[in-house]
Amino acid sequence: MSELDYKIIVGLEIHVQLATRTKMFCGCELVFAAEPNSRVCPVCLGLPGALPVMNRQAVEFAILTASALNCKIAEFTKWDRKSYYYPDLPKNYQISQYDLPVGENGFIEIPIAEGQTKKIRILRVHLEEDAGKNLHGENFSQVDLNRAGTPLMEIVTQPDMNSPQEVSTLAVELQRIVRFLGASEADMQKGHMRFEPNVNVVIKKDGSEFKTPITEIKNLNSFKALEKGTAFEVKRQLNEFLDSGEVAKSGNKKTFGWDDTRGVTVLQREKEEAHDYRYFPDPDLVPVVVNEKWLADIKSGLCELPLAMQKRFTADYSLGDYDAGVLTADKDTALFFDNAVKAGGDAKRICNFITQTGLKIANEKGCRVSELGISPQRLAELAKLLDAGTVSATAAAAIFEKMTQSDEMPQQIAESLNLIQKSDADELKKIVDDVITANQQAVEDAKCDGKKTKKAYGFLMGQVMQKTKGTANPQIVAKIMDERLKSI
Amino acid sequence: MQILELTCRQLRDKIAGGEVKSVDATTAVFEQIEKHDRQIGAYISTFKEQALAKAKQVDEKIAAKKPVGLLAGVPIAIKDNMCTTFGATTCASKILENFHSPYNATAVEKLLAADAVIVGKTNLDEFAMGSSTENSGLKKTVNPHDFSRVPGGSSGGAAAAVAAKMCFAALSSDTGGSIRQPASFCGIAGLKPTYGRVSRYGLVAYGSSLDQIGPLAKNVEDCALLLDVIAGHDEKDSTSVDEKTAPVRDWLSAVNNKPQNLKIAIVPELFKGADGEVVESVKKAIEIYKSSGAEIIEIKMPHFDYAIAAYYLIATAEASSNLARYDGVHYGHRTKNPADYIEVYSKSRDEALGDEVKRRIMLGTYALSSGYYDAYYLKALKVRNLIRSDFTAAFAKADCIVMPTSPTTAFKLGEKTNDPLQMYLADIYTIAVNLAGVPGISIPCGFDKNNLPIGLQIIAPAFAEEKLLQIAMLFENKTDFCKTAF
Repeated sequence: MSELDYKIIVGLEIHVQLATRTKMFCGCELVFAAEPNSRVCPVCLGLPGALPVMNRQAVEFAILTASALNCKIAEFTKWDRKSYYYPDLPKNYQISQYDLPVGENGFIEIPIAEGQTKKIRILRVHLEEDAGKNLHGENFSQVDLNRAGTPLMEIVTQPDMNSPQEVSTLAVELQRIVRFLGASEADMQKGHMRFEPNVNVVIKKDGSEFKTPITEIKNLNSFKALEKGTAFEVKRQLNEFLDSGEVAKSGNKKTFGWDDTRGVTVLQREKEEAHDYRYFPDPDLVPVVVNEKWLADIKSGLCELPLAMQKRFTADYSLGDYDAGVLTADKDTALFFDNAVKAGGDAKRICNFITQTGLKIANEKGCRVSELGISPQRLAELAKLLDAGTVSATAAAAIFEKMTQSDEMPQQIAESLNLIQKSDADELKKIVDDVITANQQAVEDAKCDGKKTKKAYGFLMGQVMQKTKGTANPQIVAKIMDERLKSI
Repeated sequence: MQILELTCRQLRDKIAGGEVKSVDATTAVFEQIEKHDRQIGAYISTFKEQALAKAKQVDEKIAAKKPVGLLAGVPIAIKDNMCTTFGATTCASKILENFHSPYNATAVEKLLAADAVIVGKTNLDEFAMGSSTENSGLKKTVNPHDFSRVPGGSSGGAAAAVAAKMCFAALSSDTGGSIRQPASFCGIAGLKPTYGRVSRYGLVAYGSSLDQIGPLAKNVEDCALLLDVIAGHDEKDSTSVDEKTAPVRDWLSAVNNKPQNLKIAIVPELFKGADGEVVESVKKAIEIYKSSGAEIIEIKMPHFDYAIAAYYLIATAEASSNLARYDGVHYGHRTKNPADYIEVYSKSRDEALGDEVKRRIMLGTYALSSGYYDAYYLKALKVRNLIRSDFTAAFAKADCIVMPTSPTTAFKLGEKTNDPLQMYLADIYTIAVNLAGVPGISIPCGFDKNNLPIGLQIIAPAFAEEKLLQIAMLFENKTDFCKTAF
């Protein structure tokens, strides 16, 4: 395929589950993995006579997200019924938004290379209710309607992405954004984000352009699957083009599923079925008028977005894109970092504390770094101790861990754990001499220029550190060690 | 004293005063049902034990001087398209024949809270689609005044039950005339309140933007009493109006106040479509108003003629979607041995839904289909707006509009079943009221040569139920056309 000159075109539909307490149109609480059909009521079961009532919080989350995505927010929007028969859809229509979505014509900025970003246009953001789940047995099927009525925000991009990496980057960026806004937990494990990329390829050949038929890949629910599925589809389309020369035309859009175990896309529908969803305004719900005051209230929930914060961290704090990206993956962590730096800690050191020790402990505990019981101020103090050489990096990590269990200041902890670095040259000279006397073979190895030199030197240093229980200032020890070895 | 001759209000006062026991009234009602309902067929289900237990409870409360509700001890029927936790909620359809609702409709809750005694659930055209109750999938109901005739529809069972004194009043629903037309055919009063006045929560939807719950009763005063009980905002129904916009009033107390400077509009053109005897009675009624000081003005309703066409697109479009849930998958009738899951849908629906319901689902599905939406559904919505503006213009000139409820009196069973269009035309005077969302009432205003009741329809502006009831009461006080059977 390398002989082909081609361009990948991808647009993305993303379903994001909103972080409301209750469902979109009823009071049932949203609980993950509850016993089947235990979180249901007449409304989400679609029983005769039941009526939906709009969840205001869901509308606010959608408007907030659409605002963050630079969309034009509808002043007047409404609910429409989308009709189709399926066992997981109890009313046999889904309440959605058809011609008046909450937001339209926005864009999202995504990081594509060190310091570089790209704008992807957003076509629309709208709200709808989720369906239930069909569970298939050998010769029977069951329906679990716990998920029915869950508020979903559907975000549709323009086909502005040109590589599988850009597609997954957009997905990750969107995850950061909705998390920063608190609009969604965006927990991939819980299916809070589901992706449907529309993929095709424009091929330049013999001076003409050929567009392969568009395919939609259904229900991808991890970033990896999204990227791999898109990449696979590109390859498959290029091969297909070489085989058949088929090009995109009206009605030949295909739908594929993604087989994660085999790593291939699987054809689901050959031709785009002429779905007639018979949309019409839901007479059970009143239209939503978004007045200026309400919009202002909602927009007061906007905050510095992750990419902006990431850019600030690289520019103001001289962090690399990678570190700044890790820190801004989560809003609380990012703010914790920012506050610790503002409290006087060195940015690089604070960053290391968080990304190395902090995230490790936090992951073990299943919480955020900001929830470990260490205030940004205390962390800044710890960074200062390390800066001043009062403690070693190893000791600082130990102090960090201790700080999660105690309210004491890092200095006190260092003292009580005997972790203040020994920088007293006379004391250290004596220990170095002891080590040299006791390890003559290693000294010889360290002195000659050979294979063993480095290892022997490391061994001697290690002996000193062991004798001082890690409290010796390594720079000073090294200096003494070098002097002593030279003089032997 | 004949207990069954009492109105709700009279019975309630006598029960509250200890003069009559609710248990006796309830027993009398069930005796009447046992005597007549085999022939009339008003009830799909009755709850004798539960009713007597409730009656006893109310009697004990009153004996103990405990506070009781507005309808304490009064036996009331419910049209079987409102959800109740007791008995089945069938909508007179085979598809819901054995459906038991886990919740009560808000209006039913309000009846229960008012200490009403629920007698049973009454027959209707399947899913309230029809004008004669002949579309019931479960049973036949006849007109108590003449067993060879229809009781009207879709609330034929409820109207027949009230007219045959098998209850003191009934809770009913009106999408295109389903309260008013049967009231007219059965010689009783029926009120369709303003859209949004009464919660629709638990009313099994037919045409959601048109459906409204209201009372069928022996007279206007009882309509006021029942409206007092069921009206009000419900947080479970977004389309129910907030009480700041439309305060709930004590309509029972207000109903006897004589409306001042009354201006009544009539639409002479509309009289052309009605039977001579009907027109004659309505004209006499207008004379009665005139003689009591009302000013009569003639107006035009230029878009009235299009109401039926618009209605049968809007109502059926909504119905096609509302009834999609009866699919055999989740509850209700399911076909035996389907070949695949598609057949669960198609066969279950084919087996259990009646012809008229299928006809309306198909019509509504067509109206909403891609390529036809603009030409049918959207155009119908535009017509609806024009009809609304006809009413707005009329109410700028007059307090109410008066016309027949139905172009005919009760017709013969089977007379129109083979001609759906003819059946649709039976609703010509009532349908526009639902499209406009305004309140309307039907009250008896005379009898034809067969001694069948004729109904007078009075229509008022949105949320002007107080005035509407007063205007109706004015007529009732001067006449004696309310007539129960036997």
